[in-house]
Order: sequence, then structure tokens, then C-alpha cells
Amino acid sequence: MNNATFVTIFYIFAAITVFSAAFVVFSKNVIYSAFALLFTFFGAAALYVFLSADFIAVTQIVVYVGGILVLLLFGVMFTNSIMQADLKTDVLHVVPGTLLLVVTVGGLLFTFYTTGTWKPSEVQLQGSVVERIGIETMSRFVLPFEMASILLLAALIGAAFLARYDNVHNNEH
Amino acid sequence: MSVSAISQIRLPFLMGNNLNAWSDALAGLTLSWFPLGLVIIAAIPLVFIALYALTYGVYGERKISAFMQDRLGPMEVGKWGILQTLADILKLLQKEDIVPTSADKFLFVVGPGILFVGSFLAFAVLPFSPAFIGASLNVGLFYAIGIVALEVVGILAAGWGSNNKWSLYGAVRSVAQIVSYEIPAAIALLCGAMMAGTLDMQQINVLQSGPYGFAHFYLFQSPIAWLPFLIYFIASLAETNRAPFDIPEAESELVAGYFTEYSGMKFAVIFLAEYGSMFMVSAIISIVFLGGWNSPLPNLGSVALYDWTSGPVWGAFWIISKGFFFIFVQMWLRWTLPRLRVDQLMYLCWKVLTPFAFISFVLTAIWEIYVP
Repeated sequence: MNNATFVTIFYIFAAITVFSAAFVVFSKNVIYSAFALLFTFFGAAALYVFLSADFIAVTQIVVYVGGILVLLLFGVMFTNSIMQADLKTDVLHVVPGTLLLVVTVGGLLFTFYTTGTWKPSEVQLQGSVVERIGIETMSRFVLPFEMASILLLAALIGAAFLARYDNVHNNEH
Repeated sequence: MSVSAISQIRLPFLMGNNLNAWSDALAGLTLSWFPLGLVIIAAIPLVFIALYALTYGVYGERKISAFMQDRLGPMEVGKWGILQTLADILKLLQKEDIVPTSADKFLFVVGPGILFVGSFLAFAVLPFSPAFIGASLNVGLFYAIGIVALEVVGILAAGWGSNNKWSLYGAVRSVAQIVSYEIPAAIALLCGAMMAGTLDMQQINVLQSGPYGFAHFYLFQSPIAWLPFLIYFIASLAETNRAPFDIPEAESELVAGYFTEYSGMKFAVIFLAEYGSMFMVSAIISIVFLGGWNSPLPNLGSVALYDWTSGPVWGAFWIISKGFFFIFVQMWLRWTLPRLRVDQLMYLCWKVLTPFAFISFVLTAIWEIYVP
């Protein structure tokens, strides 16, 4: 694959990400916003692939599209009168908003231009990234990994408790 | 197309023993600046899905179901009704493209598209032969499990966009089912990945090849492998909405589930997606547990059956026939087992398959560590 193809494909995915993200923000229909989020996540995953981060790209799809987006869609669909509600997407608080934007973009640009050099790495990634991620997770980052798993376990038990069939409550009715 | 490009393609057809020889040669093929080879690589699985869905998928399923019920099946169009599918396609093409007035036009149209793309994307990492794979990713298996998520969104778009009670119920049931059964399915496949020590689909196949044919397959390498094999097979039935887990489209309750309102070519696209994912899960189960493109025939002394039946073309034959075998089992089960209720479906997933998947995961880990 030559360079021109790479660049073309990159810009296609970048455009998909940016335009669908804009659609998420500006659409007046919550359902459309939620579905447009699919293309944003998908485009972001494709951009990860361009950074040679295949594993993160697939994780992005699994976690965000398979988990969070589906949960979001379920939430929107099961909420009563979601279609009747008038969504406010007007421009409010122009001055503080602009200030925040200028500060954020300025901060990002400042970091971009002052932090080190942004050259692409001379050495291409060799071998399986998955193996290295696994070894790092189970050695250097084992404590955060275990802490995250305990947090998830607690969330799981809580969800199971909330969804539990309540015998006492049902006998009363 | 330059002359060197042509010689590049010809070479692997003659020698063809290198891994990914065909797809690498195709990837290098460009028409001035246009990456023609990449388009061809993407088109091959597409043509394959269309051909197989037409012949084996629709005609085969109708005939198999007919024979199982002691009927004849389609007999009118052509000898033994062979041309029935072509007649069906002509009918579907001619049909008026109806979008219900109260439907959400955009989601209604986009739904089947997302659904098909989701089912088709997984074909990128399926090794169709030792010499051909769309993309030899080092996260291939993970990608194949994860990309199903797109299908889920497509189903929701179709179900919601139809603006129909049955469609929405079907979509919600289908999504709940797919999301739940992803867990036992993923853990069962992890057992296979643990035995291989890699997620690269092509590498998993390579590790299962050897002169004793089927004896090198992971299913026969460890006594525990049968458990994740069965778990994944059951979970894959649920993930593709096949009987006995076809509650999303339960004809007797929901008309046709999330595609109740669809007709014509949109209906055909939904079915193409369904047949696509049927082959996908069948191919994954045969790659992880049954050696993928490896020949199951062993070398018996001087009768070198394995050597004779190995190679790029034979590889394509073996993986497609293994996939078709599992699709046959799916069709067979459809006419044998009654449909599960929603609560039974969730019971089976969370209280039977998931614990057993965890048990098989731990047992496989112990086996891999202590048994050489």
C-alpha cells in the first residue's frame, strides 16, 4: 500500500469521526445523536489503527460500541416521551463558553508546541503487541489491574442486587 | 497494471506454499495509484457470502428442512427446484422498495446496511486458505469477537426505525441475547487462544498443523477442550439468532422480529447478513478447535494422505467444508429443538454456560501449565 492510499484512507476516517461527532452535538433528535455516536467511535477506532494500536482499536469497539453505546441506546429507547421532549441545543452562555474554548485550545496548542519533538518513531513495532500488554498488565501494572477488577466486581454485585427478583415485594401486590 | 505486478501474482499460484502468499501478492497489486488488489481482497469474501447464501444458505436450508420433515421442498423451478433461489432473487429485485409512512426513514434504511457491514467486517480476519487472509492482525480473534458489536447497533436501528411493536421487541430481545451470550462465547474462545498462545488467526491454524492430521487439532489435544467447544457452539447459535435461540424472530409471537417491516432487497440484505454471520461463527469454531484449513487426514505410513490434501487450494476446501458442516448442524438443530423462552434463555446463559466457561478456562490453564 503506497503513501497516497494511506493518506486518503486516513482523511476519510478523520472526516467520518469529525462530522459524526458534530452531528452528535448538533442533532435535535436524541436517537440520531446516539446512532451517530457509532460512527464517531468507529472512526476513532480506525484512527487508533493508524497509530499501530490495533489492540486499543478493537478494545474501543468492544467497550464503546458493544457496551456503552448499546446501554445508551437502551436508555434512550426505554425512556418515556423521549420523542416529545424539546431538546435545547441553542447557543447559551456565549462569553464563558468562548473563554473556555480559547483556554482549552490554547492550553492544548501550548503543550503541543512546547513538549519535546513530535517525530514518528524510527523503529517499527515488531511482534505481537498483545503479548507485551499481557505481560505488563500482570507484572508492572498488577495493582491497578486488580483494583479495577475489584471495582468491577462490586459494580456487578450491585447490579445483580438491584435487578434481583424481589419475593417479598411481589407477594404484597 | 505493470508487468512486474502480473508476475507477482502468477508466482504464488505455482509455488504458493508461503503463508499469505496470495493475499500479499494481491495487496501489492496497484493500478497506477489505485489499490486494485485491496479492493479485490475485500471483494472475495463478499462474493463468497453472496454465492454461499444463494446456494447452500437459501436452497440448501429449504431442502434440508424439507427432508427433515419428510417433504420434498422446492421442486417447481428447474430440476429438483435448483433454480428456485434465482427466481426468489428476481422476485426480491422487482419488489417495490417500501418504507412505511410512520417509520423513521433514515434509521429504517441505514439499519440493514450497518447490520451487513458488521457481519462482513469479521471476514477480514478469516483465513480462507494458508495463502489467503484479508488482514493478518495480531489481534485477529479478539477483533472477530468484538466487531459483532456493530451488528447489535444495526439491529437496534432496524428495530427502532421500523416504528413497530414487534420490531422493537425483536430488536431488544436480539440485542439482550447477543450481549449476554458474548460472555460465554468469548471465554470459551479464550480457552482456545490460551492453548495457541496467540490471537492471530493464521498462527492458530499453523500451530494445529502436523502429519497426524486431526490429532493435532486443539479439540483432540486436551480432554478439556470439548467443554469450551460445546459452550462456544451453543453460544454461537444464540449470537446468530438461530434456533433454538430464535426468540428475536419467533414467528408465532413476533411475526418476524426486527425485520417484520422489511421487504424486497432490504430483506435480502438482512438475510445475507444472517448467513454471513452463520458462516463466520462456523469458521471461527473450526479455526480455533478444528484446525481451520488443515487437512484432518493423517499420514499413514507411505500413504501420505495429509501431504496430498494440504496446500492453498486444499486449505480453502477444508475450511469451507468445515464451516459448511457446522452450518448443516445449525440447520439440523433448527428442525429438532423447540424454541426456548426468554427466561430459560437467560438461565442457560448466566447460570449454566458462563460458570462452565469459567471452569473450562481454569482447567485449560492448569492443563497448559502442568501437562506438556
